Amino acid sequence: MERILFGDNQFFGVNHASDEKSRAQLMKFKEDDAIIKTLDDAKDLGVNSFMCTTYERVGHICEHMLKHPAKYENYHFYPCMPYAYKYANAVTELGIIGALKHYMPGNFVSSILKGGMAYLSKDYLSIMELLVDAEMKMFKGVSTPVIFLQNVITDLLLGLNAIDVLVAFHEYVQKKYQAEAGFITMNFPRLLEALEQKGITNPIICTSVNVSGFRMSGGKELYEKTLATKQCRVIAMQVFGGGILSPKKAIEYVCSLPNIESILFGASSKGNIASTVNLIQEYDARFAHVLR
Amino acid sequence: MVKVALIGAGKMGISHLSILGTHPNVELVGVCDISSLVTDFLSKFSAYPCFSDYHKMIEKTKPEAVFVAVPTRQHYEIIKFLLEKDIHVFAEKPFTLKPEHSYELKQLAQSKSLVNQVGYHNKFMGTFKELKELVNQNLIGDLYHFTGEAYGPVITKKKTGDWRSSPKEGGGCLLDYASHVIDLINDTLSPIVKARGTVLKSIYSEHVDDAVYSILELESGLSGILSVNWSEETYRKMSTSISIFGTKGKIICDATELKVYFKKAPSFKNYTKGWNVKSVVSLEEPVDFYLRGEEYSAQVDYFIDAVQHKELRPVNNFESASKTDQAIYLIRQNQLG
Repeated sequence: MERILFGDNQFFGVNHASDEKSRAQLMKFKEDDAIIKTLDDAKDLGVNSFMCTTYERVGHICEHMLKHPAKYENYHFYPCMPYAYKYANAVTELGIIGALKHYMPGNFVSSILKGGMAYLSKDYLSIMELLVDAEMKMFKGVSTPVIFLQNVITDLLLGLNAIDVLVAFHEYVQKKYQAEAGFITMNFPRLLEALEQKGITNPIICTSVNVSGFRMSGGKELYEKTLATKQCRVIAMQVFGGGILSPKKAIEYVCSLPNIESILFGASSKGNIASTVNLIQEYDARFAHVLR
Repeated sequence: MVKVALIGAGKMGISHLSILGTHPNVELVGVCDISSLVTDFLSKFSAYPCFSDYHKMIEKTKPEAVFVAVPTRQHYEIIKFLLEKDIHVFAEKPFTLKPEHSYELKQLAQSKSLVNQVGYHNKFMGTFKELKELVNQNLIGDLYHFTGEAYGPVITKKKTGDWRSSPKEGGGCLLDYASHVIDLINDTLSPIVKARGTVLKSIYSEHVDDAVYSILELESGLSGILSVNWSEETYRKMSTSISIFGTKGKIICDATELKVYFKKAPSFKNYTKGWNVKSVVSLEEPVDFYLRGEEYSAQVDYFIDAVQHKELRPVNNFESASKTDQAIYLIRQNQLG
């Protein structure tokens, strides 16, 4: 993976530190062109990977890039699925079966309805595969080296101890998309242990890593110990601890840790993107001896 | 270890189950749901003993505590059954559909010294906890007005659907979204004793309200406005906020931020004159397992700890939840005239 991945929260009104800011961002990025311009700004600064939730609008970005193949020749998408609120709202509105019907390809729905609930209840992993396919449709033709499961699903399954579903996801994206599986989690040490027990070695895990310990469940010390002693490929997210940390301190901390292969961040302006990229490069040089 | 069972593995139930599954002091002895789609999954992947009849589950697994996350209509019967069997209860919100039922269950739990809690999770959020502390410290002078609001995109087009669209099942914006705001007002400020000028508006739903607007009067004499709408697609997810206006300042609080304006510097924590903005990032206490928000784990930890210590605790107990049900009743009655 590349050292720096560009995130999408700012484009879609996700802000962990302020509901008010998130609404202002939704207004700013109302048009797809505004998103594309920011991605181009990041690209000009050497950031060629976009880690994004499977919102419908991401499909428009993919279409744009496919129309300009020369410009985006070495560009990569890191899809994160599913967009949970889409399903949560659908379940509230239509019920679990209704939501499945709504989001699954037509043939499968009619076949399970014909086969009845017995068939459905036996084949959860096929349902998972069909939902992955539905979410991956928009990425047809673009490069997707790693496909991620969102933390709300990863952590739900982790808590339910349904690790076999995570393993099945891991195997399926490899088989069907020749991609590596990634897991986003707010419970990194616990997830890594669970995956290792099922024989998945050196997994790609995207998780909160910040100097203030924000959303590092189980504690910052446990995260540091896990990073120092275990084998894994970590993408650090929420490196600014939800937006209240001094950027220098935040980046210095993340760059000083071992096993952090990539750093994920998002920003709205070219100036902010540039200053974060510069900081990462500066501290990477300073911590060149750290194993990544 | 506390032996825990769950009745109702829907959206909230599954979330509780996942949090309980990682709790170091919990042994999950059974899950009950009428949907085989859910129970087959849990049997197969999580290896939990699953049931479709809660009577059988209780008899067989003998839990010390049970989480009840079925539609509200069924709460009264199930919770009464559990309390009579001397089982500690965590119930999802709202508590019941009738104030007299809520009162009866509250009395029963208290008389048997059983731990009782309802899932109004906002009260476990860092920002709303700090809000309550600020109000208790009397820092913004004499209060003269408040607003309680919640907006989100649950029902954004015409539909006929599941239990959330039926008032008899406990559906509708008043019982769902608004109950959170009503509960926060009751707890943070003072219990609601009167509702005036209430409008329950159906925007897309046929049988239930999609928005609730009302002027509320509190026991303390303070009055304010309730404005809640779950058909608001300009919000990505539910957003709840409380604003409080006083002679010495003003507080605006939502799940992510607490903004306080002081006319003069108070001698409390590190607050200063003028605007103070505190983010959830600095106010939230970390949890051992995170799913959807610290508050969901925090409320489960609080309940399990109370059960382990056989101690009745004040936050979100049946008493406070039955006051919320009473307020919901007052608001509905006011609309009916």
